[in-house]
Amino acid sequence: MHTLVWIAAAVLTTLICGAVARAGDADSGSPWRVALTRLRDNHVAFLALCVIVGLLVMAVLAPWLAPYSPIAQPDIVRLKNLPPSLAHPFGTDFASRDVFSRALYGARVSLSVALLAIVVSASVGTAYGAIAGYVGGNVDTIMMRLIDAALSVPRILLLIAVLALWAPVPLPVLILLLGLTGWFGVSRVVRAQVLSLRERDMVVAARALGASDRQILWRHILPNVLSPVIVSITLGIANVLIVEAGLSYLGVGVRPPAASWGNMILDGADEIASLWWISTFPGLAIVITVMAFNLLGDGLRDALDPRQVDG
Amino acid sequence: MTSPASAPLLKVRELSTWFHTGRTVARAVDSVSFDVMPHETVGLVGESGCGKSVTSLSILRLIERPGRIEPGSRIEFEGRDLLSLDDRAIRDIRGNRISMIFQEPMTSLNPVFTVGDQIAEVARVHGTASRHEARERAVDMLQQVGVPAPAERAREYPHQLSGGLRQRAMIAMALMMHPALLIADEPTTALDVTIQAQILELLAELQERVGMSILLITHDLGVIAESASRVLVMYAGQIVEEAPVRMLFAAAHHPYTEGLLSAMPRMGDRRERLTVIPGTVPSPTEWPAGCRFHDRCAYAWDRCRVETPPLYQIGTGHVSRCHLAAEPARRQFPHAAAAGGAAPAS
Repeated sequence: MHTLVWIAAAVLTTLICGAVARAGDADSGSPWRVALTRLRDNHVAFLALCVIVGLLVMAVLAPWLAPYSPIAQPDIVRLKNLPPSLAHPFGTDFASRDVFSRALYGARVSLSVALLAIVVSASVGTAYGAIAGYVGGNVDTIMMRLIDAALSVPRILLLIAVLALWAPVPLPVLILLLGLTGWFGVSRVVRAQVLSLRERDMVVAARALGASDRQILWRHILPNVLSPVIVSITLGIANVLIVEAGLSYLGVGVRPPAASWGNMILDGADEIASLWWISTFPGLAIVITVMAFNLLGDGLRDALDPRQVDG
Repeated sequence: MTSPASAPLLKVRELSTWFHTGRTVARAVDSVSFDVMPHETVGLVGESGCGKSVTSLSILRLIERPGRIEPGSRIEFEGRDLLSLDDRAIRDIRGNRISMIFQEPMTSLNPVFTVGDQIAEVARVHGTASRHEARERAVDMLQQVGVPAPAERAREYPHQLSGGLRQRAMIAMALMMHPALLIADEPTTALDVTIQAQILELLAELQERVGMSILLITHDLGVIAESASRVLVMYAGQIVEEAPVRMLFAAAHHPYTEGLLSAMPRMGDRRERLTVIPGTVPSPTEWPAGCRFHDRCAYAWDRCRVETPPLYQIGTGHVSRCHLAAEPARRQFPHAAAAGGAAPAS
């Protein structure tokens, strides 16, 4: 089969995790290094990180790792709905497609949608929160009330409405929509952090030494809000994954024949009792990935706790 | 010492900084005037809440809303009117011609950058050096402020340094551009006593070498005695006494200054308890009428409750905001407690 590529993927994953562990060894006072060391020493979080690295490597190498094409339907009569076997580790679905190959390609779609969407969310949220927190006063009040208003609309409902009316949605638009409906939490976190940082002695000191608002924002405020942003990005990825899976399951997210973990569950949903493998394996993939991101997020929160970095 | 002919480096006239919150106005600094001469160290003392920090922040225009420097205030530095400068021009002065160091070296440094980075940043902000030059000057500054192994220290993060070293790093940042005036706002308050003395010595030595003036803000008369040549005593937003340091310790005139001096422990002191000034600083939203110190003063009489005392001339370079200057005989009759009936706290 593709044994060599699989071995390469395993080696790559090990190398990356090993590099992270070694970077945590360095005896440096840098707060980032200190956090890395703390993360490495947290076994659960480090394991979660390795799982995520492994998943990413598999997603990137999917075309070479997958034993079959994810969309080809070799024989929809004789090869359909086969239970897991050596030839088809996760079985085949109603269209005789290999579920394992589809799950690998699905990882590509689901992970890249989640990662890109969170990049959009984090950028918009950080910028919005930083402006609200730094400018303060009435601007802050108005900006935050707008967020409250936006948060009162259920995200899934809004997305279903937009996506159903706009079908079929190209992937970049789906990513943008997910990103633009997911930044409210980040902006609240950033704004709260900026509000407290703005009053810090170091900001007054920087101003007394002649720094401008822009310099203060870039040098003193943003680097210090990075930790909570990183944590909320990590936890946010898990959330976007679930939302995307849910939308795809409802048929308005990633469209077939492209595979996403969400629409794969939909493929097997009608026959879940008899043809359990079609839905179960993508479902497990979602569970494992979401759990890994959540555990990593928790670990990062502990590792990046500024109260432990100072002192 | 300064020659009488030289022009003041910093001239503060009628400085009023008020905080407007809703219906009340806190007159934190109220018509304060003083000079700082070139190469001179001026001490500014007073209790917490008397307005000394607001005064220093006002000089650099670092007052934020709801605080406001009131019209009519004037601050002149090197012949320029600081209050009329635009934002860019005042930023050019900050950290460059006038620098400031703060009480808390623990929180005044950015935890995510190395100490060297942050010192170098000052030169970068003022656009005078390349990255590499700035870096070298940062190490050089650390050496000048007496940090051992400056090259290694420059690569460390603030949390790896002790309080004394951090304050030295702050001083290095402040002096990077060779300012003409250093405002030191309680620079030693957060430090151990032994470190305090070292930092004060360092400031004196640097002043000698660089030829700058220092405005030293403190509540500690001991620090003043060690470092300043002239003292301004602030109370309730006003300057209540100004004198050369020796004259102040030998013959303080204002009852508030007297109180501060007798509250200070001294060598060979046989007192079991330190004397305290009864009561507390009144609220800046409602300064008492007349003399602002009258309800804590042991000499206060009717006149003090109605008539605001001007700054009376007591001697050469010595002024005092107290009616005792007009009626010195009254000093013979202190009464036991202040009008508020406050018992001496212990």
